Amino acid sequence: MDNAAIVGVAQTKYERRKKDQILADLVFDVTQAALDDAGLAIGDIDSVVTVSNDFFDGRTISGMAVGDAAGGEDKNISTVSGDGTFGAFYGLMRVLSGYKATIVVAHYKGSEGSVPITTNGMFDPIFQRPLGIDAISAAALQANAYMTRFGIREEDVAQVSVKNHGNAKNNPCAQLPMDITVTDVMKSRKIAAPLKLLDCCPISDGAAAIIIANEEIAARTKKKPVWVKGVAHCCEEYLLGDRRLSDPVALKDAARRAYAMAGITDPMAQIDVAEVLEPFSYMEPLWLEGLGFCKPGEGASLIEKGITPMGGRLPVNPSGGALSANPILVAGLARLIEATLQVRGEAGARQVKNAATALAHGFNGPCGQSHCVWIVGGKK
Amino acid sequence: MTEWLKDVEPLTLKGQIAVPYSWWVGDTGSRFLMSLRDDRKILGTECPSCGTVFVPPRKNCGRCFVDIDQWVEVAAEGVIEAHTIVHYAYPVQPVKPPFAYALIRLDGTDVGFLHLIRKDLDKIKNGLRVKAKFKEERTGSILDIDSFELI
Repeated sequence: MDNAAIVGVAQTKYERRKKDQILADLVFDVTQAALDDAGLAIGDIDSVVTVSNDFFDGRTISGMAVGDAAGGEDKNISTVSGDGTFGAFYGLMRVLSGYKATIVVAHYKGSEGSVPITTNGMFDPIFQRPLGIDAISAAALQANAYMTRFGIREEDVAQVSVKNHGNAKNNPCAQLPMDITVTDVMKSRKIAAPLKLLDCCPISDGAAAIIIANEEIAARTKKKPVWVKGVAHCCEEYLLGDRRLSDPVALKDAARRAYAMAGITDPMAQIDVAEVLEPFSYMEPLWLEGLGFCKPGEGASLIEKGITPMGGRLPVNPSGGALSANPILVAGLARLIEATLQVRGEAGARQVKNAATALAHGFNGPCGQSHCVWIVGGKK
Repeated sequence: MTEWLKDVEPLTLKGQIAVPYSWWVGDTGSRFLMSLRDDRKILGTECPSCGTVFVPPRKNCGRCFVDIDQWVEVAAEGVIEAHTIVHYAYPVQPVKPPFAYALIRLDGTDVGFLHLIRKDLDKIKNGLRVKAKFKEERTGSILDIDSFELI
């Protein structure tokens, strides 16, 4: 693969309701901020990828509504209807196919629609949708399958919520920085067993942008380029019942291929920090298992062992993760932006010392049907 | 937020998109739903290559990438593989919470079948056996099975 780098990043503060800005306003702000961050002008950008979902936005061809705001007038624009890590992947492919610099923008306003009704729409309309299943109840089935298989207690996964809401206090963009305890999580309102309110992400509004460029552009940007060392994605079966929900095989495959590209043979030793997409607490340990940081069933013990909190061998979600702000679609791009900031050494109070190599992860579909894994680093 | 907007209630525009669809169920799905409606029987299909018995039935196997034309009648009972008891309500749910979703491995099949459990919620465990309860009035829908009940 030719060298390509992340040269500009920007994200809004994530909030429950952004009443003063429409979607295009959010996109315009992060586009401008990402260009400022890179020290580039809109004329330097020759390709635009927008990330949006028509159901969420309540309009068809939703990408077109933010094209102008993304600086897309007179350029080609494509839209990825999926997580932002997949939008970034498409942006990278644009650069590898000859464009100089692609801006990838993602937007989402959970305050404007209905998350359960919209996520019910991702299920098969004939066999599953009439049952009323949505993203939350599907996740609860996965949590049950995973935790039952390995004998993981609710208190064990509650620690993820405690850690990530605590980490969010160091992230000025986070929506829910909180000092909470395992007891608080355990006593929070029942949503869908074993998930309680504090095991679940909030509803969020926000946007994010990232500029991916070739070596020629990266040589003249303001900030130190962060190089794409490895990236891959993989998908598994559509119907929940066809999958073994406690075994994220698509993630394992994506990780294996991303690691091979990046020359990673021992992820725990070679990766300094990870940002994974965990809108539900149990997902963090399950994804860490899929990413090969530990054996199946051991993910939930990493916090207690001191490995994944700040200061541990592999801090996971220093930003507070999706539990602390989950603008759907944007949330994966936020993981990649956080990984970039870590490698730059610009992550402020959430900075992991000497972070040279970072992992970012996002997924699409119920219970992580398809996963995208990025490895980024400071050296070409 | 912009200063002047702090002193007023920001405007919202209420809207709703209600688009009618007629999803053709296809020949495989139609046979499955008609069997629920007319015979109270659950049908699956069996991949000629890997032998997986799918329910709901598939016309082709995504794992082997081959056509499937072998129909099998599967049991109306099986084992709970995973479940959740739902406590929150929203308009699309067919029943009022609390109720449970379960992935059920019907006898003679190789995949989990997603459906509802409405009774004995405090007794549900993975590994327990359940049986389909059919509705008296059936229309050719996945909800012709009212729910599954613990045996």
